[in-house]
Amino acid sequence: MSTLRSRFVAVTATAMAASLVLAGCAASDEDTTTAGSTTTTDSGDSVAAGCEAYAAYAGNEGAEVEIYTTIIDPEASLFIESFVEFEDCTGITINWNGTQEFEAQIAVRVEGGTAPDLAIFPQPGLLASFSDSLVPADADLTASVDANYTPDWKTYGTADGTFFAAPLGANVKSFVWYSPKTFADNGWDIPTTWAELLALSDTIAAEGNVQPWCVGIESGGATGWAATDWMEDLMLRFQDGETYDAWVDGSMPFNDPKVAEVIAEAGKIIKNPDYVGNVPAIATTSFSAGGAGVVDGSCAMHRQASFLGGILVGDYGATIVTPADTDVEGGITTFYFPGVSADNKPALGGGEFVGRFTDSAAAAAVQHYLTTPEWNNAKAALGGWFSANKGLDTANVADPVNKVAVEILQNATLFRFDGSDVMPAAVGAGTFWTEMTAWVAEDKSDKAVLDAIYASWPY
Amino acid sequence: MHFSFLAARKTPWEIIGENFTLLAFALLAFGGVLVLLFLIAGRANVRAQEWLKYLVFLVPALLLLLVGLIYPTIRTIILSFMDAKSENFVGFDNYVWAFTIPEILIVLRNTAIWVFLVPFASTSIGLAIAYMTDRMKRPTVIKSLIFMPMAISFVGAGVIWRFVYYFEPNENRPDLGLLSTIVKSFGGTPNNWMLEAPWNTFFLIVVMVWIQTGFAMVVLSAAMKNVPDEIVEAAMLDGASPLNRFFRVTMPMIRATLVVVLTTIIIATLKVFDIVRTMTGGNFQTNVIANEMYSQAFRQMNYGTGSALAIILFVAIIPVIIYNVRQLRLERTER
Repeated sequence: MSTLRSRFVAVTATAMAASLVLAGCAASDEDTTTAGSTTTTDSGDSVAAGCEAYAAYAGNEGAEVEIYTTIIDPEASLFIESFVEFEDCTGITINWNGTQEFEAQIAVRVEGGTAPDLAIFPQPGLLASFSDSLVPADADLTASVDANYTPDWKTYGTADGTFFAAPLGANVKSFVWYSPKTFADNGWDIPTTWAELLALSDTIAAEGNVQPWCVGIESGGATGWAATDWMEDLMLRFQDGETYDAWVDGSMPFNDPKVAEVIAEAGKIIKNPDYVGNVPAIATTSFSAGGAGVVDGSCAMHRQASFLGGILVGDYGATIVTPADTDVEGGITTFYFPGVSADNKPALGGGEFVGRFTDSAAAAAVQHYLTTPEWNNAKAALGGWFSANKGLDTANVADPVNKVAVEILQNATLFRFDGSDVMPAAVGAGTFWTEMTAWVAEDKSDKAVLDAIYASWPY
Repeated sequence: MHFSFLAARKTPWEIIGENFTLLAFALLAFGGVLVLLFLIAGRANVRAQEWLKYLVFLVPALLLLLVGLIYPTIRTIILSFMDAKSENFVGFDNYVWAFTIPEILIVLRNTAIWVFLVPFASTSIGLAIAYMTDRMKRPTVIKSLIFMPMAISFVGAGVIWRFVYYFEPNENRPDLGLLSTIVKSFGGTPNNWMLEAPWNTFFLIVVMVWIQTGFAMVVLSAAMKNVPDEIVEAAMLDGASPLNRFFRVTMPMIRATLVVVLTTIIIATLKVFDIVRTMTGGNFQTNVIANEMYSQAFRQMNYGTGSALAIILFVAIIPVIIYNVRQLRLERTER
């Protein structure tokens, strides 16, 4: 329908003056305020009123663009909703094709010659294996990404030195969940450095009413990933970005003294019975049940990514509040997992990347549109989502935790992708998980853990 | 103008309609092939008909065997001699790896414990129950209760037993674990059952025994029904004690069935995967071959080591299967 109508408008605008009235009549029963007015842009294409922002994407009426992704309902319907205006104004139809089998199926489709127009990659590593088939970013897309994202994000969309994929959504892992009520009742302050965090843990342990930390790393076949996040977060804090990259890509051995320093720091909390209670039981406590302790007040702090909020609200009756709401029973929120010093603010997180397989103007238009602050703000305003786009206004992010996440992303001195997602699968989805699990469950020593992971790395 | 995007998308009914159209076409094509076959068969002479009979009945089965069994086996064997990405031949490296890495040696040890304990435990318990309920008036209720776990999938059983072994580290929270609660009511202190190696492997084995006992019981009890009453009565008249009657009369009479039950459970146990995966994920030194094989091949994307483990498993199962098939054949010829 949209195609028919926009074509109709385009034809009439270039025909005769009387056509303005005709178009007005045609549209009047739908939307009287915009009826009849058309604008002619520099390029000579005409656009309907309210569509001026989309002038650059004109000329693709009737085109269909398929987006292949892991994102399925309920999130998918919010994406589809955010495309409506774009579709109506440009005449491009976006077909959202979400499947949980994306990781396995994308290779099949690309090799089978039925690659989607656009694919949303959940991991940069996966993107790199399609660098032969992807269309490199054009000048417009590169300019938009340069203007709207930090260079870190562009790097993750780059493979073999060529920039391919534009960042989409983001998530942040450098969070400590806590209850503002518990903290206010006990007079605890939010720590801003790692030393303060340990000091606060000591204070809470000494008072003896509440366990300072709840840690849980059980996650079925993926047990251990939560512990790898601790390692990654502390790696960014105690070492620098270059060391982190060398650790992730294998140019620094996994049993390097620098990694040993980091696992020792992680052990100060995770393997301290005064802080976490029963240490081996961490391995049999699910990562979400660990967070539940913050909701019912049995422990004070829990380090986990932003998405945990949804689980705690759904399964454990929590309410997400702002740090200022100190009187809500079961109210939870987050503070930034502190760095070594107060001005050291690295962020660990993840995100999705949009790669293009077909060399068509319509697909390029959609890919470009997704990097604009306009779309990012519109999408964020629909709720439950944020991105690393610098133009994203925190006023459009309703959820208090996501708001903090956006602030962390925009203020981060250093951003790095979840390392276990980028490491070779033998480590990132294998020994890194199992050895960190053995580290807590069987009290395996720091050295034995690092040596075992080193031995499994396909150097 | 805001409903316009709906028109571009297919409604569920359109998708269902399309699928049913496809289904109709597929059925028509299948019918067409059948009609064609009958036409050819009707026109052929007697000798050709004989050949056609073999062809029609054997070729589909052979094709399926070739595609579903023989081809994958050969390919897995080849892959097991190649590297992670199946690009270069690495000789016996993957097998050397399997028999030298300490983590994998634990995997092999655990599989051996499973294969030894599960068949003997479930067969002897099943045999005992079958014998005890053999002369019972109304054994149906007891037998159905014991047979019931057989109807539960391994994954389902794993999830159920996770709750049995659940351990709550925080004393302020209610303990959900059945085993912990029982131990507490007797004044003991509960353990984190899934963590303590090597006991955790035995706790997992209990789950498998719980499932397989029902199978052993039903098959053995059917075999016992076939033992002629006269023989048992003769033994009684000769003054054989109940124990003697069981070991010297009943057992030898159902020997063939016993072997089949044992070997069937051994094969099932060698392949055990679901229980370990759902209950510990292979952590805490409870890993078994099938789980490690899956993890290597499909999570760590190392097709070389994954295939090598698959071949080790395959080779270990072959003698048991041969024995099983021979016993089945023997039993058939005896009748």
